[in-house]
Amino acid sequence: MRLPLEWLYRYCRPDLDTDALARRLALTGTGVERVEHHGPRELHRFVIGKVLEAGRHPRADRLCVCRVDIGDREPVQIVCGAPNVRAGQTVAVAQPGAVMPDGTPLSIANLRGVDSHGMILAEDELALGPDHEGIVVLDSRDLRGTGLPQARDGLVPGTPLSEVIPLATDVLELEITPNRPDCLGIYGVAREVHAATGAALQPPPWNDDPGTPGDVEGAGVAVDAPPELCPRFTARVFDDVHIGPSPPWLKARLMAAGQRPISNVVDITNYVMLEAGQPLHAFDLDRVAGHSLVVRQARRGETMRTLDGQLRELDEQMVLIADDEGPTSIAGVMGGERSEVSDATTRVLLEVATWNGPNIHRTSLKLGLRSEASTRYEKQLQPEQAMEAQAEATRLMVELCGARLAPGTIDIGGPGRTPRSILLRDERVAGLLGAPIPRARCQEILEALQFAARDTEDGLTATPPPFRRADVTREADVIEEVARIDGFDRLPATLPSRHGASGRLTDRQRLRRRAVGALVAQGLDEAVGWSFASPELARRLHLPEHLALELLNPMSSSEAELRTTLLGSLLDVVARNRNQGARAVRVFEVGNVYLPSAERLPREPERLAALVSGPVRPATWREQAPREADFFAAKGVLAALLGALRVPCRVERREWPFLHPGRAAAVTFGGQEAGWLGEIHPLVLGEWDLDGSVAGFEVDLDPIFAAATGAPSYVDLTTFPAVREDLAVVVPEGVPAQRVQETMLAVGAPLLAAAELFDTYRDAEQIGSDRVSLAFHLEFRAPDRTLTDEEVAAKRVAIGQALRERLGGRVREGT
Amino acid sequence: MSALDRVTNLRKEAQDAVGRADATTELDQLRVRYLGRKAELPNLLRRVVELPPEERAAVGKAANEARQAIAAQIEERAAGLAGKELQARLARDRVDVTLPPDPPPAIGHHHLISQTRREIEDVFVGLGFMVHEGPEVETAYYNFDALNIPVTHPSRLETDTFYVKPAEDIFDPNTVLLRVHTSPMQIRVMEQTPPPIYVIVPGRVYRPDLDATHTPQFHQVEGLAVDTDVTLADLKGTLLRFARAVFGEQREVRLRPSFFPFTEPSVEVDVSCFHCVDGVTASGERCSLCKGTSWLEILGAGMVDPNVFEYVREHGYDPERVQGFAFGMGIERIAMLKYGVPDLRLLYDNDVRFLEQF
Ligand SMILES: [Zn+2]
Repeated sequence: MRLPLEWLYRYCRPDLDTDALARRLALTGTGVERVEHHGPRELHRFVIGKVLEAGRHPRADRLCVCRVDIGDREPVQIVCGAPNVRAGQTVAVAQPGAVMPDGTPLSIANLRGVDSHGMILAEDELALGPDHEGIVVLDSRDLRGTGLPQARDGLVPGTPLSEVIPLATDVLELEITPNRPDCLGIYGVAREVHAATGAALQPPPWNDDPGTPGDVEGAGVAVDAPPELCPRFTARVFDDVHIGPSPPWLKARLMAAGQRPISNVVDITNYVMLEAGQPLHAFDLDRVAGHSLVVRQARRGETMRTLDGQLRELDEQMVLIADDEGPTSIAGVMGGERSEVSDATTRVLLEVATWNGPNIHRTSLKLGLRSEASTRYEKQLQPEQAMEAQAEATRLMVELCGARLAPGTIDIGGPGRTPRSILLRDERVAGLLGAPIPRARCQEILEALQFAARDTEDGLTATPPPFRRADVTREADVIEEVARIDGFDRLPATLPSRHGASGRLTDRQRLRRRAVGALVAQGLDEAVGWSFASPELARRLHLPEHLALELLNPMSSSEAELRTTLLGSLLDVVARNRNQGARAVRVFEVGNVYLPSAERLPREPERLAALVSGPVRPATWREQAPREADFFAAKGVLAALLGALRVPCRVERREWPFLHPGRAAAVTFGGQEAGWLGEIHPLVLGEWDLDGSVAGFEVDLDPIFAAATGAPSYVDLTTFPAVREDLAVVVPEGVPAQRVQETMLAVGAPLLAAAELFDTYRDAEQIGSDRVSLAFHLEFRAPDRTLTDEEVAAKRVAIGQALRERLGGRVREGT
Repeated sequence: MSALDRVTNLRKEAQDAVGRADATTELDQLRVRYLGRKAELPNLLRRVVELPPEERAAVGKAANEARQAIAAQIEERAAGLAGKELQARLARDRVDVTLPPDPPPAIGHHHLISQTRREIEDVFVGLGFMVHEGPEVETAYYNFDALNIPVTHPSRLETDTFYVKPAEDIFDPNTVLLRVHTSPMQIRVMEQTPPPIYVIVPGRVYRPDLDATHTPQFHQVEGLAVDTDVTLADLKGTLLRFARAVFGEQREVRLRPSFFPFTEPSVEVDVSCFHCVDGVTASGERCSLCKGTSWLEILGAGMVDPNVFEYVREHGYDPERVQGFAFGMGIERIAMLKYGVPDLRLLYDNDVRFLEQF
């Protein structure tokens, strides 16, 4: 909301400069987004002038050479191009040295040989409106209602213009929190400024209501909507309305507040809305069919044409105002074309109503129609505000439009109930804030905020004003009021006593950090992908079926689901970086996937996935073509991860739709499958326009973390030496090396501590076709002695026998 | 030829050959040829007993002397040659020391979001907070109702919250949605744990929004401290420690009144800008980070609203007996401020040229 300070100062003028006021407001709860200046500068160079003569320019038909009295001893000569300039007019003059609203400085000009000592100003040059056609002609009647004290003296030449027109002002762009709709008007903010600074607050502009209660002849209103949708509806009728431009002071204030002047009646509704925070709507009563209005919920499919010329389709939850011929206005959102005030209007019905905030919000969203009115109404205005706005508008209608107020006021619903009183205990104030605020200070603050505050035994009884009815209902709310005005900067910065609570990471959180650290140590970059996934992803990954959560309102169709695998977003990352020219891409992500379940909420298992591609090391002058990452590179990363977590795992050949069928495996823990490992299928890579080899894995972290609990126990590896021997075995093709190793370790136990495969070898002549030779480094040790050759030899024999019997293999001679 | 002559000849022949040798490998061959197991001189020595008795002593002595002399000469010659050969090899091995080195094993990089998350976690663990995590797909009950966010609150609308199909009635507490903040975990933690509790909750959250400072997915850290006597001053002190740990020891914090449905009083928390003094940078320009205000807004916070406690009253949270503070900060916002990242979307592009900067 824009707050022109000149307007604010009518009601409350603190002894602070603009920046200091902005800071004070920000620190008491009224956010200030920006500080601006509106209007011209060097204001003393703008004065009232009287045109004494307006003669033809000797060398330009369209220019006049004027002699203008600006209060100096001698009139000044000003060249003017406006078609409407005449001798005898009272006009606005800018003298050399003035700075125009657009920032241009003014100096003495020579127009086709004639000096011009200033300018006679048009509307846009005074920031009073967009008009540039003619000069502004001032009339002493225009001074009515300015509220500026100097204006009483009338339009004396030489008087600074700013004494009769609020020409320029600083403007604060405020950010009003949704709980404070009362601050959506100038006077509401003035109340805050009063409380925040202690500056005196002038009475509100609606205190003197020229209106009278009772029925209004010739106009009727019925509310057929439930009262919660229309808590209050007020209306007054004005006859003999003269539509015309608003006086300059009103235009100036509207412009400063960001509202374009239109005509006096419309301007009055806007002006009062900006001042009181309460929207109003003027109907041309002669265009209201039957001279009566009914407030009702719309019928399904009912349409109406709004002021912006659009045909709108309504639904049953929307509230509208209709006359005998149908809808004329969407309640609280926008008026209709049919009964709009025009230049021909002479009778006005002024409606000021209270609507249901959430209902208005829904309607405006549904119609895609947000207006100054709807943004105020949706925050829930209070019924008292309606009558306040009606009172102020009435005064201005009479003063500025020459209107005659018809007797009576339509008022359906009336004011709201008296707000509830709240006990504010001294002890709670200190207890919640951590520092006391003296009771007298609390009372002072509450009264400045227009609360009633009465002393009780252990505190105060506080009663909020009606305009705070919805916002302040509990003790904590009142504590906030006193604390924010007293100032949070007074609070000490203490730490909680904690009563023995202590902080640490859980085992799971520590293991996750270790897992991530292991992958980073392997040279992988951590990625953070989107939880959203495209419904196309399953097809691109060649997944035959997939069940995913679908969003009702996705950002786009490619983000319509929640991911069930991390692979999709990681492939995106690889593809993106390859496109940017990266040769090797090594990335991983730790994150949730979202799997539909029978419960209300889905399962969200935490996964870890990694992809490696490109050379395993950067090419250098010594190694021009390092190996490309493949299945075993990915397996190495997985081994590093599990090694860091000290988790034993197995892999077993298994096919996955998105993996190279010959280079794919399942990762298992204690017989339970926990994920996949492999090279991505070339056809899947094709979906991402990738080629070469991309290998990786994706594992569930729950089973891994479950297997990783506990600290390792000490093993004596130093007192007695180990015996190291190599052993090559020939086994039928197809026997997995892992089984050979596991058989060795099982038979060799407890003396065989390790069996590491270091060579594979195929040769039909030497070892037979369909056979493979696997060579292992074996390490034998015992914790309590140095092993003898006989002990080791016996184990070798046993291993040979087991390999023969269980796997159809044999020990190769010579090893 | 007598055996003695033969020894003399062999000795001369061998010594000449050794004298001519100019490589240690050649010496090795000569050693084998003259002193090896199958060589003639050692054979002669072994068969000295087969000679006539009068020749035995002289031949034996001469052969023995010859063997020792040859061996000694080979050793001497070898020592000389080895030194020369090593010098030659070292000369050959000479490299251009200015050539690039072998690349060190590549070290990867933690994503800036998780680095920042860790940093925040560590500060609060040090302040006595536990770290909790919870579901990202939530019910409207935990995301809105139990946080005192009325059914009519605009944040519940489809423009502000992602709903999971079918979502027949988005106002039904059982409706499933993507949490818009980490605050639902306030309720879940209080349901599971009686007071006192001191927890933070990092995690992903979702809102339908996309521009330089909004992505539809982002990360928050929720904080919740509930005890018999936790005060707003304690919130200020806790966040002051946090701000100093993350942004530097010179920082101050400032609380500004604000509004959130689940806290009362509610505050926005600013930290003094670490990039300028009073809004002016070292180079005399208006600070772009704080827009010259000398304060940076970092999070929203407040005292837990009594209405929120009402939802967990039966778990030990009587609003007349316990009180506490809550806060919620955006991890991305902290990261962007601290590391000068201009556009939030960079964090989700996962371009390695970005990732490897941190
Ligand atoms: Zn700064």
